Amino acid sequence: MIDAAIQGLLLGGYYAILAAGLSLMFGVMRFINLAHGDLAVAGAYGVLFGVLTLGLPVWAAVLAMLPLMAALGWLLQRWLFARALRAGFLLPLLVTFGLGAVLQNGLYGVFGSDTLSLGNHIGALSWASWTLPGGVVVGQLPALTFLLALAVLGGLQCLLSRTRLGRAIRATATDAEAAQLCGVDAGRVHRAAGAIAVSLAGLAGALLAMRALVNPYAGPAQLITAFEAVVIGGIGSLWGTLAGGIVLGVAQSLGALVTPQGFDLAGHAAFLLVLVARLAGARRFQLGKPALRTYLKWRRA
Amino acid sequence: MSATAIVDAERVTVDRWPQGGRRAAVACLVVLAGLAVLPFAASGWMVDKLTMLFVFMLLAAMWNLLAGYAGVVSVGQQAFFGVAAYFALRAVAGGMPPYAALLAGAVGAAAVAWVMSFFLLRLKDGEFAIATWVVAEALRILVMLDPMVQGETGTSLIALNNVEPQLRRNLGYWFALVSLATAGIAAFVLVRRRVGSAAQAIRDDDEAAAAVGVRVFVTRQAIFVLAAFGCGLAGVAWLASAITFLPRTHFGVQWTVFMLFMVLVGGLRSFEGPFVGALLLFALQELAGDFGAWYLAGLGAVAILFALYLPDGLWGWVRARAGWTFLPTGVRISVRRASDPPTQT
Amino acid sequence: MSAPLEVGDLSARHGGLHAVRGVSLRLHAAEAVALVGANGAGKSTLLRTLAGTHPAATGRVLLQGVDVTSRAAHERVRMGLALVPEGRRLFGDMTVRENLLVAGENGRRGPWTLAAVLDALPALRPLAGLPAQALSGGQRQAVAIGRALMANPEVLLIDEVSLGLSPLAVQTVYDSLSALRQHGATTLLLVEQDLDRALAFADRVLCMREGAIVLEGDAKELSRDAITQAYFGLESSEAAA
Repeated sequence: MIDAAIQGLLLGGYYAILAAGLSLMFGVMRFINLAHGDLAVAGAYGVLFGVLTLGLPVWAAVLAMLPLMAALGWLLQRWLFARALRAGFLLPLLVTFGLGAVLQNGLYGVFGSDTLSLGNHIGALSWASWTLPGGVVVGQLPALTFLLALAVLGGLQCLLSRTRLGRAIRATATDAEAAQLCGVDAGRVHRAAGAIAVSLAGLAGALLAMRALVNPYAGPAQLITAFEAVVIGGIGSLWGTLAGGIVLGVAQSLGALVTPQGFDLAGHAAFLLVLVARLAGARRFQLGKPALRTYLKWRRA
Repeated sequence: MSATAIVDAERVTVDRWPQGGRRAAVACLVVLAGLAVLPFAASGWMVDKLTMLFVFMLLAAMWNLLAGYAGVVSVGQQAFFGVAAYFALRAVAGGMPPYAALLAGAVGAAAVAWVMSFFLLRLKDGEFAIATWVVAEALRILVMLDPMVQGETGTSLIALNNVEPQLRRNLGYWFALVSLATAGIAAFVLVRRRVGSAAQAIRDDDEAAAAVGVRVFVTRQAIFVLAAFGCGLAGVAWLASAITFLPRTHFGVQWTVFMLFMVLVGGLRSFEGPFVGALLLFALQELAGDFGAWYLAGLGAVAILFALYLPDGLWGWVRARAGWTFLPTGVRISVRRASDPPTQT
Repeated sequence: MSAPLEVGDLSARHGGLHAVRGVSLRLHAAEAVALVGANGAGKSTLLRTLAGTHPAATGRVLLQGVDVTSRAAHERVRMGLALVPEGRRLFGDMTVRENLLVAGENGRRGPWTLAAVLDALPALRPLAGLPAQALSGGQRQAVAIGRALMANPEVLLIDEVSLGLSPLAVQTVYDSLSALRQHGATTLLLVEQDLDRALAFADRVLCMREGAIVLEGDAKELSRDAITQAYFGLESSEAAA
């Protein structure tokens, strides 16, 4: 059982990377990108293409994929999301959902239904493990993923708190019009945030391909997981996303001990429980007003 | 003349059936009657196809009710599509006659929606959308745990195999038609009455709506439950037609893709739009369904384009250009000027 | 030498109404102009249209002789026009220092650096590390003005200078503005509800009513009565006792 808990903890690291992009987009642009999971899968397929078809080493394929995904994020924001955002809350949901459908089926059309994985190409990493004092066995790939998550979140935090772009992003997220009055080009900031978010999704996709089999329709499951991690950890908090990911991972791993479907079920249950607890606590029972909006402060991450 | 003037009540007429709306409503009833007797004259193939069309129309109308009239975007309606079918199967296994079980299944879906609404409807926009998806996934997993369903393999509505094929086909057709007619008429009446105005007020600005006394939560709940019931009817109608129940198919998110397409392309916020969209989707299915994944990708792309560039859909575009209204969902208020002679009413 | 700010027949809508109707004005270099008028007269909308956060229906806005009517707000900032908006609109979760830096990094380069602004507004120095939402009204106004200065504007627009501030805070703000005027050549356009303050501080006064400018003149020459009449639209020359 301890093993399962540790596994869950490390899984939380992967979830944090997956959720970071979603959280960033939501914090800055205030909409949930329903295609986020599909973008991660697209990134996975990008790397798979690089490795399996072009014969690149894994690290090279990943490094090539990241800027391509950033460019994709930039363009999507420019052509799709920015327009949709102007039209109200309904449209971004519909447009990103449609985008997800396009991505899933497009990937299927190109790559077919074969499930693919990078497992064979990362050598020992896919199965090797370390034995910690106390007899606890920890997989190398999950452990390294967790460390990578810490690095990524730390990097994001540095970006947001110490750099010019980071300040501009936070200002735009807080009050886009006031930011404009300070000379900040809000459109550019949104595009930059989109680029970062999609690039992070791609990174998560690459990690997914390393630890599991990828199929074109895996996107929605990733989206749901990412969203659950964000909500459990508290919307708007960067490190909260890691905490949420860990709680989710642990719940899932413990659930899996009971029955194979328990993995997913326990995750959904944890999510729904946290949601109910938050709603009950906030005691906002009138007007259908969003209880979760009270958590919508982009705190100094 | 200033923008606000006190108007004598006698001078105001409220016309609830403007522009030949009565004729349109009668025309619809005539069409329904025609469709009802169709199976006696048409081939089995046509009956099957029309059944599918009715299911599409029902789904589109329900999704439009949620998104277009209540401003609620759900990407998890497949939950009710699937859970209704599951309850129907369970009812049959428990001894209920098959067609009664189908109805029971839809009622069961509505009950599930009612329970969930207390919690789901507290969420807003994006959070609500994903939560509905999570619920659909969770329900699918739970349903798959039932040994009767046999996991991925699914099961069948075997009881229907005892019915002679042509009769079964026709019964399925009539079930779908009656479901569509009932749900359609219920939605029409709803939209025309206070609940409809209330819902639109909520969709547009829920705080303002509450300020003028609209009971926001109850209205949303009523629409949510009705939509779930409608989707449930669609689900059991599909089951009656296909006989087999595959969890991944019945709970699949492609139903939402379809609903999205139909409503966006046909016309959000209009009553007739979704039916237009359903016809279009149906035509596309027949022509291009074989293209599999690219077809679905294309649907998604077209839905996006419509969302961005033609948000009122085809019907909305037609309506704006030609000034038509078909079925009257609003009212026309005319005020006689003081100088006009009084009309005979 | 073009005027720092020139406006030609500007109109702007607010929903279905014309909030700004045919406004023309011209600011001279380094002058301070007060814009007065009752609530709803269109003053804020005019300032926002000048700054670019509200779309102009017709007319032109010229900054240093350059037509900026179709330019976005952030571009106008980089060309030398800054607005301190109504309600201040600071970035609450960010520190005072960060608030200032955002404008400093995205506005024009110039003599107003972080150090210079903190010198000019010394009350802010001990608050530099605090989140903006922890500050009092007067302190926030100071930060808002400092933030606008960080963009090194030629023309500084301030909406509702003294709204919601205690008398002491208002005095402090006007002291800073006076010091600012001695400092350099910034042209000021202030919206001010307090007529006495406006007349005491400004060189010229513009009075708006129902979207149009109904009175303009030197602050020293205009009588309070004349302004009050224009303010309320009293036709008769009898002013209330």
